[in-house]
Formats: sequence, structure tokens, C-alpha cells
Amino acid sequence: MFRNQYDTDVTTWSPAGRLFQVEYAMEAVKQGAAAVGLRSTSHVVLATVNKAASDLSSHQRKVFKIDDHIGVAIAGLTADGRVLSRYLRNECINHAFVYESPLPVSRLVVRLADKAQVCTQRSWKRPYGVGLLVAGLDETGAHLYYNCPSGNYFEYQAFAIGSRSQAAKTYMERRFEAFNNYSRDELIKDAIFAVRETLQGEKLTSSICTVAIVGIDEPFHMIDQKIIQEVIDSVEIKEDAAAADQAPAQDDDKSSEAAPMDI
Amino acid sequence: MTCVAIAGADYCVIAADTRLSVGYIIYTRDYSKICKLADKCVMASSGFQGDLKALQKNLAAKHLIYQHQHNKQMSCPAMAQLLSNTLYYKRFFPYFTFNILGGLDSDGKGCVFTYDAVGSYERVGYSAHGTGAGLIIPVLDNQLKSPSPLLLPAKDAVTPLLEMEAVDLVKDVFASATERDIYTGDKVEILVINASGIRHELMELRKD
Repeated sequence: MFRNQYDTDVTTWSPAGRLFQVEYAMEAVKQGAAAVGLRSTSHVVLATVNKAASDLSSHQRKVFKIDDHIGVAIAGLTADGRVLSRYLRNECINHAFVYESPLPVSRLVVRLADKAQVCTQRSWKRPYGVGLLVAGLDETGAHLYYNCPSGNYFEYQAFAIGSRSQAAKTYMERRFEAFNNYSRDELIKDAIFAVRETLQGEKLTSSICTVAIVGIDEPFHMIDQKIIQEVIDSVEIKEDAAAADQAPAQDDDKSSEAAPMDI
Repeated sequence: MTCVAIAGADYCVIAADTRLSVGYIIYTRDYSKICKLADKCVMASSGFQGDLKALQKNLAAKHLIYQHQHNKQMSCPAMAQLLSNTLYYKRFFPYFTFNILGGLDSDGKGCVFTYDAVGSYERVGYSAHGTGAGLIIPVLDNQLKSPSPLLLPAKDAVTPLLEMEAVDLVKDVFASATERDIYTGDKVEILVINASGIRHELMELRKD
């Protein structure tokens, strides 16, 4: 993407029918640290890579609990993500107050998408620079949505956003058909695997990785660091035993055919 | 329609009867007037139950926001201030409720806060509200052996009684109030808050 004369304002169309400011906002998501989501029929798992700005600082918070039945993982401008999380929490609280029941996930993502769309049609605003993976459970089952700065949203079986997310997507593309029948623990394991793919060889430890889960009879919560480390260790032991005969890094899929999870 | 709370050194007892009546009609014998607001904080109220329901929902929503922002439960004194502010917010169209807040403060000591309808509140050692309060408070004054609130220097008003003794006293005062107050009876719901959590007890009262 290069600078051109149609990208100054969010309210300026290009002759090709594009809103460049919105597309630049989506670039911000692609630059953020990776976040991954997977869904089965009864559980949804979110996993993120937590980059620290330096060794002295704490890690970024990228996973937020919205309500007992909904949580989000973000990639991009984390400040925008924090503010949107506050909005989502308020919406859930207000709905529960009036209707005495949890806000269905599909309704929440629509409100979020409408809020994002407003910023693409006001000259005095800018689009939110954050993509959100919304994981939730309601009467209709388990759901995973991706909300875009453009105001679009899609439902996914599994998805990854942020830098080097294509590696995670490729990993999940091979397996996603089986996800619906996965057990809770298999889902967690595959989420950690998918996150590991985005690290492209860097060592995966529980300190740079956050995993959260929501399921039937299981309110949204972060998984304890010890358990994450156990899963990572058990995986590495198996790999060492198998003499590491699989290629550790996946090549980015640069072919132009649309993979199931490309927008 | 009566509620009572007693604060001890490391526990708090809150109780309310379960009769809901209007005039000479009993609507139900099984209505809970107690609400758990936070881990160590429980509220009991007498008065208009419609406003009580709304007030409970209001506080629960505010508590959820607090938990999201601060990553922890509200302490009892914090909830006490929040309740006071919530009540005064509607100073010119009040919640018609007479509330008692009970729980453990941040030091683990029992605390009871007593309110009027518009949010005036005070931390006390024990309190009662409702139709049977007039019959109960004199008995508590006499039996709880609490230091007088008029003493100087001011002494902590919690009762030196043991938890078991306080619960027995609550059962006794409710049985007595039931004898003479037509609006009190059916059952009394007793909650005991201590370091290990919240214990729930239901005792039968006279049905007449």
C-alpha cells in the first residue's frame, strides 16, 4: 500500500471505490501481536502472544473478559481495544439488567460492528485500529466472531489475526474440520500450537502466552500459567522424542487462491 | 416484615423473615428479602419490595463494573458508601426501602451498616428495621452486651458474643416478634458470614 491523494480523509473515496484510511486501520491490526481463536460445539478458546515493550515492562493485556459468557482477544492498538472492551461490558450489563438474561453473542458483535462503522463515515473521527476476536456462548451454541475496523464481522470456526497470523491459519486450515468434536483439552492444546506457529521458531513459554476459554458450564476465564506450561512441556517432550522430523516453520501461503478463512 | 443484623468479632449474622404481605393479606410465605451483593457483603431490607428488587439489580450491575475496573470484589465499607450514594441519587423520588448491610470489613471483623430510605448511614454493632424492629431492638440492646455507643472514648460496637450465641439470639428475637407482629412470621432466613464463607439457615416461625 502506498501513499496517494485519496488517503488523507476517512470520508474520501478513491476512484477504485476504496476507503484507504479504513484499510490503513486494518494494517494496524496486521502489525499487532498475534491472537488466535478456535471453536468446538461446546467450547471456544482464545490464545494470544503477549509482547512486552521491553524486559523492564509488564506484558500487554490482550484478552478481556466481557461477561461470564463472552470474552475477547485483540490485536492492534490495544488502547482502542481496552476502550471497546469497556463498551462491550456495558452493553452486556445493560442487557442483563433489562432482560435478566445474557446478551446473545451475535447481537453484541452487531453493536460493535455498528460502532466501528460510524467511525468510517465521520470526518472528525478515525476508525478503531484494533481487530477483535469475540468468543462467546449463548443459547444457540458456541461462537467465534472476528470484528474488523471496517465495521465488518464474520463468524469463524477458527481464526488468527495479527503479525505472522498466516502461519497459525495454515496450521488450523488443516485441522478445522475436526474442531467441532474436539474435547476441551484438545482445543486448548491446538490453540497453543497455533500460537506457537506464529512465533516462527522463537521459544514458546507460558509467560508470553495468554490462553482463555469459555464453555458450557464454564464461565469465561484465563487459564492458569502453570497449566499452559504443562501443555507446552508435554508437547516439547513428544517432539524431542520424535527427533524433530517435521519442518518447524510453515511458509507463508502466498498463493492467490482464497483459503477458507481469508476475508 | 422485619430484618436484623448483628456484627461480631469475626462474623456477621443477617436475618429477615420471609413473609410478604399487604394489609391483612399474605401474598407469599416464601419471599427472600436478603441479597448477596459481594463475597463478604450481604444486604437485607424491609419496605417496598418492588423498589428493593430494583435497588438490588442496580447495585449488582455497579458491582460488576467495579470488578471489571479493579479486578477484585468490593469491600463491605465500599459497598456501604455505594449504597448510600445510590439511595441519595433518588432523594426526590426515593427507593422505599429500609436497608441493613452486613459483612466483614477488610480486617475480617464483622460490620453492620444501617440506612434510612435516602441514604443516611452509620456503622453500628447491630440493627433492625421493619414492622418488628420496635419489638426487637430493645431486646438486642439488653442481650448483646455491646459497649454503649455513648461511651467516650468511642468503643468498637461489635458484640463480644460467640457466633452460635448470636444466631440463637436472632432466632429468639424473631420468634418473639412473630408472637405480637402480624406482619412477621412464616420463616426466618438467617445468613452467617465469616472467614470461611456464607452459611445459610432457614427456621420455621408461626404461620398466623
